[in-house]
Amino acid sequence: MNFGQFGQQFVNGLSLGSIYALVAIGLAMIFGILRLINFAHGEVLMLGAFATYFYARSGLPFLVVAVLAVLTTVVIGLVMERVAYRPTRGAPDVALLLTSLGVSIALQNAAVLAFSAQPRKFPTPRLIEQQVDLGAGVQISGTNLVTVGVALALMAGLTLFVTRTQLGVSMRATAENVTAAQLMGINITTVIVAAFVIGSVMAGVAGILWGARVGRIEPLMGFIPVLKAFVATVIGGFGSIPGAVLGAYILGFGEIFLVAWLPDALTSYRDAFVFTALILVLLVRPQGILGSTEPEKI
Amino acid sequence: MLILEDVHVAYGAIRAVKGISLEVQDRELVALVGSNGAGKTTTLRAVSGLFRPRPGSIRYDGTDLTKLAPHEIVARGISQSPEGRQIFGSLTVRENLMLGAVRRKDRAKLGDDLDRIFDLFPVLKERIGQAGGTLSGGEQQMLAIGRALMARPRLLLLDEPSLGLAPLLVQRIFDVVARLKAEGVTILLVEQNARKALEVADRGYVLETGRIVLQGPAAELAANPEVERAYLGG
Repeated sequence: MNFGQFGQQFVNGLSLGSIYALVAIGLAMIFGILRLINFAHGEVLMLGAFATYFYARSGLPFLVVAVLAVLTTVVIGLVMERVAYRPTRGAPDVALLLTSLGVSIALQNAAVLAFSAQPRKFPTPRLIEQQVDLGAGVQISGTNLVTVGVALALMAGLTLFVTRTQLGVSMRATAENVTAAQLMGINITTVIVAAFVIGSVMAGVAGILWGARVGRIEPLMGFIPVLKAFVATVIGGFGSIPGAVLGAYILGFGEIFLVAWLPDALTSYRDAFVFTALILVLLVRPQGILGSTEPEKI
Repeated sequence: MLILEDVHVAYGAIRAVKGISLEVQDRELVALVGSNGAGKTTTLRAVSGLFRPRPGSIRYDGTDLTKLAPHEIVARGISQSPEGRQIFGSLTVRENLMLGAVRRKDRAKLGDDLDRIFDLFPVLKERIGQAGGTLSGGEQQMLAIGRALMARPRLLLLDEPSLGLAPLLVQRIFDVVARLKAEGVTILLVEQNARKALEVADRGYVLETGRIVLQGPAAELAANPEVERAYLGG
């Protein structure tokens, strides 16, 4: 691998990791507060991609289409919270897990009924499909550049939000200790709703970026990114947002460089390598890289 | 004025509180003493809305607290420094303190209130940017009380503020409690350290396995031979 190829793969890994990170942040945030593994998060991503597809037919500028699509995913996230997760709040973990699996399956099948299982071409704007020459033999796709830029901007915004605003600090407090948060006067419902709004924004954006990356969209497209994001959060330490981001980039780089270095005959096993890595991390550090070893909260 | 009437609280099959009636008048310091497992913490948590009494009534200035969510109870001027401190370990001292004021409407006065907390507990000012989890046990206790005071409570619930502290620190904490009372804060104090609690309190209640077995002026309780034998180690 020469320098140019390495640079290309590096940006590619950064880009894939960025999408995983956006999805993983939503998972980690909702798990941190509700102890809920929201498998339906992948369907929010899928619906964001489909919303973009349908809105793009109107001929509006892509940026406007993207904003409308993300607003749509926010509404979907809010409805999901209200209809499925608020009534089950405080239920045993297994009930929460089954609820989120149920929501996921229901949304997948609703999407198959509504949009058909046929893959559709994602309306990636031509502008960002072009290759950008960075010199020194490094050519990268505009999609990758946009993906990395958008993801970093969103993560920077999230960091500001959770450190500088009262609602953001309340969210961190609630994730750490729900009872104490209630005693402070924090309205837990507000915090949960905020977590779903932020998670849905990230998932919606991830859906658009994933659509642009893969080029086509279909109703089951949410499964793989949410599974990878789940692995990323486990590797990083479940419930820890920095851990989820770290895990996501490890996974993104790992996948890309495995494919680059492995003999062609083995590249189709890349997911097997990902899950082997997961098992190894869990054997050595069950709490994840940045996870704490504190006993489970009551 | 806080009035509890025939409050029962059970979690699962465990009946922790079995018919407690008590009251706290404005500007009064009332101590709730008794051994481990007597139901003291459960009673305080019921006042804060973390547990629903079944049956039983908890009223504060005429408002039925049993119908309110915990954050609405804080908004009515009742804050709590919980047992075991429950500091947000990953948040800074400043963030912990500011969370105590989440429900405050008069945000312009928060700076003055921070100064007041630093006046009570100067060490917190030195630790302002440090994560709560890095503080010593005594400092965490001061932070927990300071955080509850940031709500500018009309009624302060203190749960075991001296638990696990060195004797010198225990004295510091009780000095602060006495000072708060002198400043006119109404306090309901839960303590295993019955001697200290009854020293600062106006009145006291003695709890045993979820029931009130004795009540009266704190000085009388402290002098009661039964209390002395059971709780004061006399």
